[in-house]
Amino acid sequence: MGDELRPDLALEEEDAQKNRFLVFSLGKETYGIEIKYVTEIIGMQAVTEIPQLPEYVKGIINLRGKIIPVTDVRLRFKKESKEYNDRTCIIVIDINETSIGLIVDSVAEVLTIPEQDIVAPPQMNKGISNRFIKSIGKVGSEVKLLLDCEKLLTEAELEILEEAL
Amino acid sequence: MSESSQDPMMDIYIFETTQLLEQLEQIIINSEKSSSFQEDSINEIFRIMHTIKGSSAMMLFQDISMLSHSVEDLIYFVRKEKCINADYSVLSDIILESLDFIKGEIQKIRGGSKPDGSASDLITKNNSFLASLKEGNLGKETGEPKKKKEFKAVLYFEEGCEMENIRAYAVIHNLKEIADEIYYIPENITDDEKSAQAIQKEGFQIWLKSDRSYEEIHHFFAQTIFLKDLELAELPQPEQTQKLQDETQHAAEQNGEAAHNSLLSHQNMISVNVDKLDKLMDFVGELVISEAMLTNNSDLKGLSLDSFQKSARQHRKIINELQDIAMSIRMVPLSMTFRKMNRIVRDMSKKLSKQVDLKIIGEETEVDKNIIEHISDPLMHLIRNSIDHGIEPAEERKVKGKAETGTITLEAKNSGGDVLIIIKDDGRGLNREKILSRAIETGLITRPESELTDKEIYSCIFQPGFSTKDEVTEYSGRGVGMDVVSRNIGAIGGTISIDSVPDKGTTIILKIPLTLAIMDGMTIQTGKAQYTIPIISIKESFKVQEGSVMADINGQEMIMLRGDCYPVLRLHALFKIKTEITELSQGIIVMVEHEGKNLCIFTDRLIGEQQVVVKALPDYIKKFKRLRGLGGCTLLGDGSISLILDIGSLLENKI
Repeated sequence: MGDELRPDLALEEEDAQKNRFLVFSLGKETYGIEIKYVTEIIGMQAVTEIPQLPEYVKGIINLRGKIIPVTDVRLRFKKESKEYNDRTCIIVIDINETSIGLIVDSVAEVLTIPEQDIVAPPQMNKGISNRFIKSIGKVGSEVKLLLDCEKLLTEAELEILEEAL
Repeated sequence: MSESSQDPMMDIYIFETTQLLEQLEQIIINSEKSSSFQEDSINEIFRIMHTIKGSSAMMLFQDISMLSHSVEDLIYFVRKEKCINADYSVLSDIILESLDFIKGEIQKIRGGSKPDGSASDLITKNNSFLASLKEGNLGKETGEPKKKKEFKAVLYFEEGCEMENIRAYAVIHNLKEIADEIYYIPENITDDEKSAQAIQKEGFQIWLKSDRSYEEIHHFFAQTIFLKDLELAELPQPEQTQKLQDETQHAAEQNGEAAHNSLLSHQNMISVNVDKLDKLMDFVGELVISEAMLTNNSDLKGLSLDSFQKSARQHRKIINELQDIAMSIRMVPLSMTFRKMNRIVRDMSKKLSKQVDLKIIGEETEVDKNIIEHISDPLMHLIRNSIDHGIEPAEERKVKGKAETGTITLEAKNSGGDVLIIIKDDGRGLNREKILSRAIETGLITRPESELTDKEIYSCIFQPGFSTKDEVTEYSGRGVGMDVVSRNIGAIGGTISIDSVPDKGTTIILKIPLTLAIMDGMTIQTGKAQYTIPIISIKESFKVQEGSVMADINGQEMIMLRGDCYPVLRLHALFKIKTEITELSQGIIVMVEHEGKNLCIFTDRLIGEQQVVVKALPDYIKKFKRLRGLGGCTLLGDGSISLILDIGSLLENKI
């Protein structure tokens, strides 16, 4: 009996991550990242700056011997920068075996947002952050902007191209 | 099925078979060169094919197994019959072809797919060649040669029969009718009186090969007059006859190379997954860092800890040794990579009907395993290019007064922290005019010709899509290749330089680092940031003297030192670092050298020298193309990160 259940368990585990989001805040807005991308959350660290990079790439950190780049999500979204404090966190995400740290104001909670409460983002807004918003989740009366993690990584290349042109 | 999830049996099979194939290739090429297949090599080929056959059958790769079987048959025949009149080059071709097939299949297996190639064509080919060999060699005798058996007979004559040697001779004489090959001891039975005594004492020993049955042979010997005793045994293995033949003929044929035999000797080694070695290296690196963190711990500052320091020193010593060992495990001699080139030279010179000799020097030079993987392809390209473009056909060489056979020299040697790999040919050299005009045509060169050095022009051939060859041949001319070479070499932190003299040849030098993992570095500080400069690049460091700094019209600062002028690079300005030290006299100058060019790097202060574990910058960071002057990063004793300066690209930026 127990053996028969096993495949279901694996499914369940995947299910457990489905529609669950890590919610963090940048100023007034709250954003969500699919939990499956998140490997860990660490406090702010000493960041080694790397010259000649866009402002939002703060540099690299040493995470137990692993070198990980960190980007400031505020700067990434062209928001005003804010001084780091003890609430500032680095969310380490892992996308296609690339690790990257995201500096955010603070991390709030992990939420489950059911499928029917997730809607496509409005098309009218042409703001910079719009590119990274995959969908919008409704939680009660609040709205969480759900990020497209893969774009966070790949868009960097596009930007370089644009700047070069 | 991914590579990692393959079961260990499969891993071992792939590993062993690949090694055997490489060995086999080497033997065949060596044998072909000396245009004779030595007994040893034939036995070795036989053994290898037999092993491959067995293990492939075990792994259920029927086609490979059957093909190896057909090659084995072929070799078996050659071994038995000592095909003197066989065409060795055809034989080599046939074996190599089969070998290529197996290689291809192994590649498929390694990639996780099924080995689906059909070997039946090759098997038919092998069999028909075998048949033709049989016809050619045996003439009228068409019986299965495999049925030939080998016998050893010892004849004892009755005491007092006298003239044993003559009787023995008679036996041999009669034996010739039923046996093909006969060897006997004592050898000199007709002329030497003493042999009679020897036969009397020890008996007359005969080794023979015959297709008759044991009974028939026994019957034959039993008829001998005055026979007192007869020992007749069928030999299961043919080696003994051959050994005896060697002994009796006193090794008349020593023209083969003995050198390759040493390769075949079994090595006392185990194979380890490279991933594990990488991990080991990582951990040792971590250990080095944590050791430094421990002994330089800020809690210990100002305390007098004699005994602790003593233990710490001992500790460090052990870690250093551990590090050396971990490093050396990863070091692999270049010989395998170099030897692979033999095959390319052989195949190409045959196809292009050029005569080319490959000379290998310094194959025992060791480099990191990771690096080896990256230089195999570039070397192949370079050698192909040399044969295709460089070496002239024999007639042309004759006209030019050169030896008809072209020579390509492949040399490796250590030079400081780098390994130099030199590929040199004595061909026609690069066509400077053609390269120049093509480079201008394609817009690779925009500066006027007078400003260009020969080397700069020649290095155009490493640009993507560059080819001066008007026709595309099977081997080269498409303009891909050379840029792949430079990319691959660049990826491992190496550089390429090229030089050429018309009609004398071309020399290409690859300079590759010994290892990617660890280097000696000098850590410097600018503002709050720390950087590491490879010690190898540093020539000296000094405080700048008042009045020795000047600036040219562009504002480029120069330092006059011992009569020479060196450009100054202000690190804080280049990397836009905030620092209070902006006066040259307040900071320190580190003079670095790279490929003969010098640069004075201005920084705040030196921190110290230490061995650092080189880590690559994350891919995400590397995507930003603007990143210049940084070669990687490393973890310092306190866990902070220091960026490693890439002197080569700093110099490029500057000059």
